Amino acid sequence: MKRMLMLIPLAIFLLIAVFLYRGLFLDPSDIGSTMIGKPLPAFSLASLEAPERNVTAGDIKELPALLNVWATWCPTCKAEHEMLNKLAAQGVVVYGVNYKDNGDAARQWLKQFGNPYRFNVADPEGSLGINLGVYGAPETFVIDKQGVVRDKLVGAIDERIWRERLGPLYQSLVDEQ
Amino acid sequence: MRLLAAALLGLLISATAYGAIDTYEFRDEAERERYRTLTEELRCPKCQNQNIADSNAPIAMDLRREIFRMLEEGRDNDQIVDFLVERYGDFVRYKPPVNAKTLVLWYGPVALLVLGFGVLATILMRRRRATGGTVPHTLSEAERARLATLLDKKDS
Repeated sequence: MKRMLMLIPLAIFLLIAVFLYRGLFLDPSDIGSTMIGKPLPAFSLASLEAPERNVTAGDIKELPALLNVWATWCPTCKAEHEMLNKLAAQGVVVYGVNYKDNGDAARQWLKQFGNPYRFNVADPEGSLGINLGVYGAPETFVIDKQGVVRDKLVGAIDERIWRERLGPLYQSLVDEQ
Repeated sequence: MRLLAAALLGLLISATAYGAIDTYEFRDEAERERYRTLTEELRCPKCQNQNIADSNAPIAMDLRREIFRMLEEGRDNDQIVDFLVERYGDFVRYKPPVNAKTLVLWYGPVALLVLGFGVLATILMRRRRATGGTVPHTLSEAERARLATLLDKKDS
């Protein structure tokens, strides 16, 4: 009995150690998303490519897709762009939300660095961004064919994230149909 | 030299830019007060450890604008907080709700305190039992003699 009692501090120490060790590998900037499992919020905003035409949430449907939130003022988006071009070339469906940006600058950027997007929603005020729970750029939503958000990534997509997290999910959504 | 001047200028600008200031026209003092409370109680999702009132992040600016818009629309505080929690999660609240995830956060310290008192009480009770319920406050002859020699030694 006495010996068991003496083990209690050790047990408490181990518990705290495990707890704190786990904390070392948590990303505090990843605050999760309340969007997961919910359909995309309704919107009707001008398209970036053809500003006279409006696009809605209904246009992002029927195929599993990535919805990438980007802007020309965002250096990480520049770093991510090559990866998006590559994915689009592989046949991944990518839509863009041009977030709080200047339309001319954004169109120029797409001309210069390539356009991986089926189309872009122009969101100069960030109103769609707020409804999506976006708080920076880049952010990427994985959307299934019903238009429901399945995952959200904060930060750039790179090879590793695509291989380990987004790629398998996207593939499973494609296989579902 | 030019670099130094640029650095100083940068410092000056950042000093003046500190503390975000927007120009919103409020209907009355009560609404201004509500705006202040809300922006101070809500946390900026981008900058982690600043509230929406203090932050200069673009998203904080947008959220201040949204809060102002909702105040204008006549929504109450709960509705405004819910609007943001729905989009950004409980993270945006500096005062998180009590639920399964935050139970340890809310009651952990109290539980630890109770546990500590429990341990203290056990130790005290054991000690009392070991000494037969009374703490000796008189010295035996031998102890008295030893004390005397110790005190003498110190004096000399």
